[in-house]
Amino acid sequence: MFELLSDVVKSATVSADWIGIRAVKDTAKTCAVRDAHPERNAQNLGHGAMVEVLAQGQFGYSATNDLSATSLARAIVAAHNQAIAASAWAVHRFTTAARPKATGSYTSPHRKGLDVLSPAELNQILLQVCERLKVSDKIAQTSASARSHDIEAWFVSSNGSEIYQRDYLVETHFGTIAQDGPITQLRTDHGYLANSYQGGWELFPGLDLWQRVQRVGEQAVDLLQADNCPDLATTLVLAPDQMMLQIHESIGHPLELDRILGDERNYAGGSFINLEDFGALEYGSPLMNVTFDPTVPGELASYGFDDVGTPATREYLIRQGKLERGLGGLESQQRSQVPGVANSRASSWNRPAIDRMANINLEPGDRTFEQIIGNIEHGVYMETNRSWSIDDQRHKFQFGCEYGRLIENGQLTRTLKNPNYRSVTPQFWHSLSQVGDRNTWEMYGTPFCGKGEPNQLIRVGHGAPVCAFDKIEVFGGAV
Amino acid sequence: MSSAVATKINEKVAETVFSQLADAVTSACSAHYTLTISGETSQFMRFNRARVRQTGQVSDGNLTLALMQNERTASATVPFIGEFDVDWPLLKTALADLQALVPELPVDPFLVLPAGSATSRTVNQGELLAADAIATTLLSAVQTLDFTGIYAGGLIFRGYADSAGQRHWFESTSYSLDFSLFDAQNRAVKGTFAGNQWQQPQFLDKINQAKQQLAMMSRPVKTIERGQYRTYLAPAAVAELLHMFSWGGVGEADLQQGNSAFGLLRQRQRQLSAKFTLRENFEAANMPRFNTYGEVAPLQLPIIEQGQLVNSLVSSRSAKEYHTPSNFASRGEHLRAPEILPGALTAEQILSTLDRGLYLSNLHYLNWSDHPNGRVTGMTRYACFWVEHGEIVAPIENLRFDESLYHCFGDGLIDLTNFQETIPNIDTYDQRGLGDCRVPGILAEDFTYTL
Repeated sequence: MFELLSDVVKSATVSADWIGIRAVKDTAKTCAVRDAHPERNAQNLGHGAMVEVLAQGQFGYSATNDLSATSLARAIVAAHNQAIAASAWAVHRFTTAARPKATGSYTSPHRKGLDVLSPAELNQILLQVCERLKVSDKIAQTSASARSHDIEAWFVSSNGSEIYQRDYLVETHFGTIAQDGPITQLRTDHGYLANSYQGGWELFPGLDLWQRVQRVGEQAVDLLQADNCPDLATTLVLAPDQMMLQIHESIGHPLELDRILGDERNYAGGSFINLEDFGALEYGSPLMNVTFDPTVPGELASYGFDDVGTPATREYLIRQGKLERGLGGLESQQRSQVPGVANSRASSWNRPAIDRMANINLEPGDRTFEQIIGNIEHGVYMETNRSWSIDDQRHKFQFGCEYGRLIENGQLTRTLKNPNYRSVTPQFWHSLSQVGDRNTWEMYGTPFCGKGEPNQLIRVGHGAPVCAFDKIEVFGGAV
Repeated sequence: MSSAVATKINEKVAETVFSQLADAVTSACSAHYTLTISGETSQFMRFNRARVRQTGQVSDGNLTLALMQNERTASATVPFIGEFDVDWPLLKTALADLQALVPELPVDPFLVLPAGSATSRTVNQGELLAADAIATTLLSAVQTLDFTGIYAGGLIFRGYADSAGQRHWFESTSYSLDFSLFDAQNRAVKGTFAGNQWQQPQFLDKINQAKQQLAMMSRPVKTIERGQYRTYLAPAAVAELLHMFSWGGVGEADLQQGNSAFGLLRQRQRQLSAKFTLRENFEAANMPRFNTYGEVAPLQLPIIEQGQLVNSLVSSRSAKEYHTPSNFASRGEHLRAPEILPGALTAEQILSTLDRGLYLSNLHYLNWSDHPNGRVTGMTRYACFWVEHGEIVAPIENLRFDESLYHCFGDGLIDLTNFQETIPNIDTYDQRGLGDCRVPGILAEDFTYTL
């Protein structure tokens, strides 16, 4: 592939400052089962190339799934024409500093390949998951799914970049709906496809699968009889599988430099953060340490280089509550003059790179889970996101969870159904009062972070400990 | 003017090659199969502050082959570039993979086999801006404005073929412009402009309307306390609520599996207003009527009639599982051409009937907050105003709402407007979307705001 791409770039006849090609091949397999019957068995081969040309200070792109030399050469001309036609209207005069030379490779850590588990074997495991989820006749629906991706990417450029990256991904899910008359309750294994990681089939089924299945089934039934979450302001304790969403929506997105620069205002929105806040703003409690870290082995959005070739490094975004750095790639860094990270990423070959999250993690603190709960006279503990909504400046949010427990006098007591909470981002993070230690830290991922025009879904990872927040408004459902 | 996308795929090539590929699969395979295609040649141009942020084009296509054998099935998707000699080897390999895989899989008791003899061909031709004219044409008109958004245009195609001999083809050359105008205080208004023919005078009208609305945003902002207010939701805001009907909403599988907001409606434990009627209406939809089973949906299908759930969306797969007749819904049983029928409220009566309350142009980021009870949370966005004595007083700070569909389309529904607007589907996740919805505005009592 490198030879083909390099030859095409070298043979280009257009007058350009820079030419780059990012070719991607994605081989995916999906098995999905519902109520112990197969729902979907699919394999998907996708491939194509994103050709980018910088001319007269403007990038233009042309993406094609025809990987012949003729087609790629035509795409270079088309991308060049795009750049020239728009250059008089460019939002910024980019230079080749936005695409420095880089070489290297990255491969996801994995102990087993993605071919060691056949679709037939996978179906049998998933059928069994559905059967074992049915712990009661009140279980109305069960579902389980697993998918793998083997994604290869080649990046070459006219200034000598040559990068090869190969991601092995395993994304799994199971869950159930319990029903008793008009009451229904959803319970899943940490949220839809939250068990998404880099690696091979050593990640699934795993030694604790059947315990988790049993717990999910039993908790779904338990929720049917549970009290609604009370409506009050109290101490809120969030498990890592809800912290994932909390970090994503109220730290990750507001720190994206392209949002702050206005690119995203027509779609996902802007940010309450301004460029002058970097290096100055107290984002939250001093207990808050947040990193951009694409180097965590096995976390879903780890990589060696972003999609324009920037080497990936771990960076603090927020340290002891203070905002240090934005989530912006080289183009946004040129425009904003704010320090950023290696996060110019694209969902695939058919979309241009934009500023994205990768792995955004909240670093662990020093409290055990027992200490956190033991310090709380009254509060609510919540697990697993099921509802999320936040305003277009990433300010006012309301999130809902699948499973709650009341905290009374330092103990977890009754199960609560329909646990929800709402707050405003800066106020919320300043109320962070306890941060769990490394033993409470868990990482999850999601393949569904949506953003961009044209729209893109991208994979992100989030790791976090259990955390407690003071005086948060919590509430329940209608019945 | 033409869509100057430099690619081999064009409408004639795509349809011809797809037909050749279907013939080749028929010759190579004695089992039941379905073959679908989707693709596009698209121009995208993204704007920020009336300048170009990103510009480019995408030529993409995929074939999905599903093989059915001995009550088992699996599918394989491969790239389609519009050249038989390149596409057939990939598809042939996929067929061989499926022939090896399918016998190993468990029995699928709800498998839908191709049947029938339906064929269709729909071609919506268009005349779009040339790629090198887009920036100048659009941006020249907005240089005094903080204009942001995206233009997306070009050819979209969908096709279907199966072992029963059914064949369908749909293609549309179309564009959409989705934009916002901002003022210096970061207040904004939203506009969408879509069709098959670029029409410059209408584009300029659209910009002028948005400018006038933005001028109204310049008044001092009023902070609204949380609580319940009489509220007018303009058609674009109603369209956001309507999306929820396709997400754990009116699909038969969701209703059967306890995963629907309308289980209580079906069980007649909750009700909607007799003024509320929702139907599927393909009459003017820029959307294929055929689904991935090759079935053609009825031109119209009532879903909720005068507040009563009269039909769910039933795919042929659900029909087998739940022993109920199919109405040829898509596999996912989501609304494809939804229409909410209008009411009696005229445009002139909106503010006077609202009298005192909130006028919402758009909503943002909706999600279920209590799914079984139909409760939805989300944000107000763009041009939203406080109204007193039937007159717009001030723009508002964005508010979070948390309200049940059983209220705003039920006992809280005062009236719907006597006009509808067509809201285009401008989604571009993975590929440019098709279709639109037709909705009126609604006036609702005691709409709940929480933050």
